Amino acid sequence: MLRMLKVGLCVLGLSVSTWASAQLSIEITQGVDNPTPVAIVPFAWRGVGAPSEDVARIVDNDLAHSGQFAPVNRRDMLSFPSRASELYFRDWRAISAEYIVIGEVRGGARIEVEYQLFDAIRQVKIASGVVSGVASETRMLGHQVADQIYEQLTGIPGAFATRLLYVSVNRNPNGKDFYRLTLADSDGRRPIVLLESRDPILSPAWSPDGSEVAYVSYETSRPAIYRQNLMTGNREQLTNFTGLNSSPAWSPDGSAMAMVLSKDGNPDLYLMDLATRELTRLTQHYAIDTEPTWMPDGRSLLFTSDRGGKPQIYRYELQTGRINRVTFEGAYNARARVAQDGRNVAMIHQSGGKYHIAVQDLVTDRVTVLTTTDLDESPTIAPNGSMVLYATKDGERSILRAVAVDGGVRFSLPAREGSVQEPAWSPYVNAQR
Amino acid sequence: MTVFARIGRAALVGAFVTVLAACGGSVKEDEAAAAEAAAQQQAAQEAARAEAARQQAARAREEAAAQAALADAATAAGTVFYFDFDSSELSREARAAIDAHIALMLSNRASARLEGHTDERGSRAYNQALGERRANAVRDYMVANGVPAYRLESISYGEENPVAYGSGESNWQQNRRVELK
Repeated sequence: MLRMLKVGLCVLGLSVSTWASAQLSIEITQGVDNPTPVAIVPFAWRGVGAPSEDVARIVDNDLAHSGQFAPVNRRDMLSFPSRASELYFRDWRAISAEYIVIGEVRGGARIEVEYQLFDAIRQVKIASGVVSGVASETRMLGHQVADQIYEQLTGIPGAFATRLLYVSVNRNPNGKDFYRLTLADSDGRRPIVLLESRDPILSPAWSPDGSEVAYVSYETSRPAIYRQNLMTGNREQLTNFTGLNSSPAWSPDGSAMAMVLSKDGNPDLYLMDLATRELTRLTQHYAIDTEPTWMPDGRSLLFTSDRGGKPQIYRYELQTGRINRVTFEGAYNARARVAQDGRNVAMIHQSGGKYHIAVQDLVTDRVTVLTTTDLDESPTIAPNGSMVLYATKDGERSILRAVAVDGGVRFSLPAREGSVQEPAWSPYVNAQR
Repeated sequence: MTVFARIGRAALVGAFVTVLAACGGSVKEDEAAAAEAAAQQQAAQEAARAEAARQQAARAREEAAAQAALADAATAAGTVFYFDFDSSELSREARAAIDAHIALMLSNRASARLEGHTDERGSRAYNQALGERRANAVRDYMVANGVPAYRLESISYGEENPVAYGSGESNWQQNRRVELK
């Protein structure tokens, strides 16, 4: 019956199977050795009607996905307190929970989530907080609570209240493939298709405030750079030059976009002033210069060039125009992405004939290979610098995987069908919508 | 005289002369002779024109045959040219195949789109640039051999449009290519 329903909807142009399969789900493949047991007690609902989301479950899942925590199973909980006065620490020590989170959710059209975090061993409250937003963003509020708890317990801000951009590809044996530029929450939930095309879509990128995205689409049968506002849906074609129009990268202050154009003969870096559309050519070399990415201070760009014979990463200083080579280890280093601390650079790194994801520390220049799979590509770093998300092959499909910058935690984000590629992790986004 | 000159067909002219001759005294002898000469000249011109047309048709047939031969040669050479890893150098086989297309394009006014592709290894954006370099290598070779640059367009798809989906060199070598369309 469900199958028939799907077929019917497909005829109407609504592909249920595609929507369902486009959703990614996180599967932890490696956590830390002794994950911290933490109890996220179901939050009390003090609102109108039934709650739309189980907020405590969202927090629970986020902490589990981090690989650093082992949330206590609800079935093992002896009580479900939502207020400090209802909390008996012995109940939680009895089930070996080291930390306890309780809370309540209030509201109707606008939602308020209040939580309290306790140390079960020291028997003290560590933190409490309130987050609020529109009801339709309740899941994002849950992620914000998880971010705060994660920060309290690890010292590093969480990156759960963030989103992922990626390109999903469904092969069409009878003709052109289907490409979908998709936006989802960091846990893979709530996927939204921003653009559907029969021609390739690649290089999705975020504006620094998370309100816009840019990408390359071949929908006109030639590559062009577009920007699209996530609130209004407004979409604008930024370039339409002969040759490559590639690799858009918003400057950290949002005023300019670095890009790659080959209109003057071969691929070079250009800078477009987004207010005037004025172009400034940055590099001028007969080699390939491509995939620029900004250092967080906005004063220099890293890019890939084969000016030395093989693809390596170089740094371009905007003030002086000076170019310095950054990578020296290995015959192929490409697609740099810099963590917000300006120190760790994730990249594609070839070693032993295989393409892995590696991180180079710009201070010590030490290179650490993070992956053991082959054909790893498109690394993107979480805004808190903790995880590198990337695409790799799983048989003939491309799937997303993530690895902690220290290599300690790994998870994958499989889709039920089709390929998922070109991930771009958002900056911190505001759920106050 | 002008009347005759305007008449098109030799046969008609002949018939007219006969009619005029039969009229006897009203037409002078030398006028009749001149008319006959003109008619003969006309007939000769007609014959020459017909011969020219026949030769032109023959030439056109020959050209068409030559074109067809060039097109056949180009088809036989194939429209896909292959490359080594991270290379845009044209192999001897690729040059031989492209030569057939150059010969065809020099004989007609067609335009061509050169689509550059790479295998799946490494960075997608870098591969986009590498695909363009491959397409441009074919374009530059064709231009150096006389094909006007305005009739050629290079487009790179990088690794986005493989013909062989699996991994491993047997698939990769099929994907590192330029397709002439």
